[in-house]
Amino acid sequence: MLTYIVRRLVTAALILLGASFLVYLLTAASGDPLAELRASNAPNREQLMEARSNLLDLDTPAPIRYFKWLAGASQCLIPFAGTCDLGRNTANQPITDALGHALIQTLTLVTAATVLAILVGITLGIITALRQYSTLDYGVTFMAFLFFSLPIFWVAVLLKEFGAIGFNNFLRNPEIPLPAAIGIGAVLGIVAAIVAGGEPKRRVLTGGIVFAVVTAVLIYFSVTLWFKTPGLGPVVIAIAGVGLAYAVTLLTAGLKNRKALQSALLAVGAGVVAYFAIQPLLNQATFLMIVLLAVATVLVGVAIGYFVGGYDRGQSMRAAGMTSFLVAFLILLDRFMQAWPTYFDNSRVRGRPIATIGATTPNIEGDFWVLSLDSFTHLILPTSALILISLAGYTRFTRASMLEIMNMDYIRTARAKGLSERTVVMRHAFRNALIPIATIVAFDIGALIGGAVITERVFSVRGMGFLFFDGIEHVDPNPVMGVFVCVAITAMAFNLIADLAYSALDPRVRVKA
Amino acid sequence: MSQPSQQDEIVAEQASLKHQPAAGIEPLIEAKGLSQGQIVRKRFLGHSGAIVGLIVFALILVAAFTSVGYAGIPGWWKYDHEEVSPLVNDGVPTASLFPLAWGEHPFGQDRIGRDLFAMTMRGAQQSITIMVVIGLIAGLIGVIVGALSGYFRGWTEAILMRLTDVIIIVPALLLAAVMGQIAGNRDDGNWFSAFTSNNAVLALGIFLGLVSWVGLARLMRGEFLSLREREFVDAARISGASNARIIFKHILPNAVGVLIVNVTLTMSAAILTETALSYLGVGVKSPDTSLGLLISQNQEAFSTRPWLFWYPGVFIVLICLSINFIGDGLRDAFDPRQKKFNARKAKDTGSPMAPDKTPVAATDGTAADGTAAGGTRGA
Repeated sequence: MLTYIVRRLVTAALILLGASFLVYLLTAASGDPLAELRASNAPNREQLMEARSNLLDLDTPAPIRYFKWLAGASQCLIPFAGTCDLGRNTANQPITDALGHALIQTLTLVTAATVLAILVGITLGIITALRQYSTLDYGVTFMAFLFFSLPIFWVAVLLKEFGAIGFNNFLRNPEIPLPAAIGIGAVLGIVAAIVAGGEPKRRVLTGGIVFAVVTAVLIYFSVTLWFKTPGLGPVVIAIAGVGLAYAVTLLTAGLKNRKALQSALLAVGAGVVAYFAIQPLLNQATFLMIVLLAVATVLVGVAIGYFVGGYDRGQSMRAAGMTSFLVAFLILLDRFMQAWPTYFDNSRVRGRPIATIGATTPNIEGDFWVLSLDSFTHLILPTSALILISLAGYTRFTRASMLEIMNMDYIRTARAKGLSERTVVMRHAFRNALIPIATIVAFDIGALIGGAVITERVFSVRGMGFLFFDGIEHVDPNPVMGVFVCVAITAMAFNLIADLAYSALDPRVRVKA
Repeated sequence: MSQPSQQDEIVAEQASLKHQPAAGIEPLIEAKGLSQGQIVRKRFLGHSGAIVGLIVFALILVAAFTSVGYAGIPGWWKYDHEEVSPLVNDGVPTASLFPLAWGEHPFGQDRIGRDLFAMTMRGAQQSITIMVVIGLIAGLIGVIVGALSGYFRGWTEAILMRLTDVIIIVPALLLAAVMGQIAGNRDDGNWFSAFTSNNAVLALGIFLGLVSWVGLARLMRGEFLSLREREFVDAARISGASNARIIFKHILPNAVGVLIVNVTLTMSAAILTETALSYLGVGVKSPDTSLGLLISQNQEAFSTRPWLFWYPGVFIVLICLSINFIGDGLRDAFDPRQKKFNARKAKDTGSPMAPDKTPVAATDGTAADGTAAGGTRGA
């Protein structure tokens, strides 16, 4: 095992050296670094060109410049020395600083999108695998192919037009005309009927209920101008919480496990009590506090499960822990909605909250909630674009993996033992289907750091992709190399992790020692 | 969902022998007296998604290459993508469904009066050209590298696979951007820039092909690694066949399914890469045009002239979608494991008690499965 890891690391270092040399030469050869200055009409053109030549060290041939760069970069290997030198970009800013800023921007953009895409994609993949060749399966398959074929810049422009400009116009006067409410209700009802599956009677019933509820809620929203002052309130949180408790218990323990259901419902009760208790505290919220509260919530949930007990304590603890986390999320959502009018009327936002470019509103001031809302409204469009694009891969892959597992002999054995369908799917099939997905996820997380070049470009986010592209446009190898080294190292590290994780998760796969 | 028992399968088989061929044992009957190529063709033609994709793609192909002409041959459309004509009705598309009419400028005109139909067709031409070039080059290099490293192993494999690793860790889009930049430089004066400036689109395709073979090479290596251990390869070797003969005549035909499917998928990804690069300004450059470039040039005008944005985008999606469906159909056709009692399982999903039901239910199930399997291909 150790020899395997060492061998992989040595090969990785050699590959990195070779690839970085290649990238450096390619970038240096990709154009004329002085082109933009040659075309300029500035009176001190010659001086500017001289300065740029000195800055980029153009008198030295590119291969030798690479080794100079390598000498600086190799100092990064000495830990805590602070001598890391990746050169400077054309604005004379150290690349290490620029990379730091870009990395934060990229991670805020891509993390949420990836996590959501993975969650939704895996869920859809499993559902379509369980309902193979149903209307739902065909629908999702077609959508997956469609999203797979969409150019992201095209989606981004559409989202900007309809998601931002259109929605902002709607928010100015948030009244939903009756035909629109009925139309949205009908569409969602049909979707619900397709998702519900089973007998036609059940489908029609589900679709009808969803249609009625959605239409009624939309009319209520329109009449009360809910979108001006959104909020959930304790009653909605309690009702939604009970629904979540049933759903979580159904998935983790099965409704027959009364103790698990009790603990989940108790967790909802505790959540509703906490809703009132915690409001003053939330007014002084910081990011760290939210994280600590989330951890505390899960711990309380787990404790509830532990004390309620039952024949299988673990199941109760899982059900209550997950339920309390979800209820806490609802409370958080409610608090954000309370801050919405403040944000909406902020002098910098001026009633057009959904932003099309950038990562924050310039010079905005406000408390934690307003600033967070500002980030969210800026992230929502790029995140949805990224989710749409990357959803397809996860869905198809999970579906294939799940179908293969469902045909295995041990699934047949599990059924033959008389286990419930829930246990077979969640405990026997789902866990094993996750093994190949885990490697794909590891690859994708490795690739996250590279950022989404086009998405960053369309939404003017100054992340890693932006830095890289800036380097290419100025024919400046330093930023390109900085981004490349970060991307390559994380990608290779996560490749190794993926391989090790695979052999750890699936004992049948052994690494070659 | 319940697993069909062995008995169920036997009953189903008997029932289907009497009646129609059922989904479960379709491959057996299908394979009778047919060559592998015939089986694949038959399955592919039964995949309605792939057929629709093929028809759509063929229509776009014919329209794109005949309408504005190609390589100096004039087309049937009256404008070309660079020609400026007076604005008709402020450039609004003249095509309409009621009454069905084509009009002077069916897709409308841009701000200075160029015909969008001509531009879109020219862009589709460029995208398809690049796609085919990438597919050919990536397929060729991928096959050669994969075959050599999988067949000879040892040092050949070590060197070739390390080379693949070097290219694979450089993010494809990033490397392609550098390549596109090189291909776009026009004024260096040597033969290389002369070639790239005269055939910018071809050069872009070649460069992208040079970096997109890596995934294919790995897959082909895997295929060769498993196929070279098979008996028929030993038999060929003992009867004195040369390495080249074994590779090209014995192993490659058996790996052709994986090859074709993945070349198709590489091509659909290539279309998106090309449009993305053109959008970023390092792919096809003005005055020539491409679908990505059209969107990039016209995204600011979305609120005033939305058609400039819709038509090129819809064409990208249509081309890519049809290629993806063709690839999916090919995968189903080449993968013999695909139709293994899946349709039966789907039928049983709704009724967990199915195994308890006696042969009558099973017969019903199989009969229904015949139609279910037919529907399967509608994906």
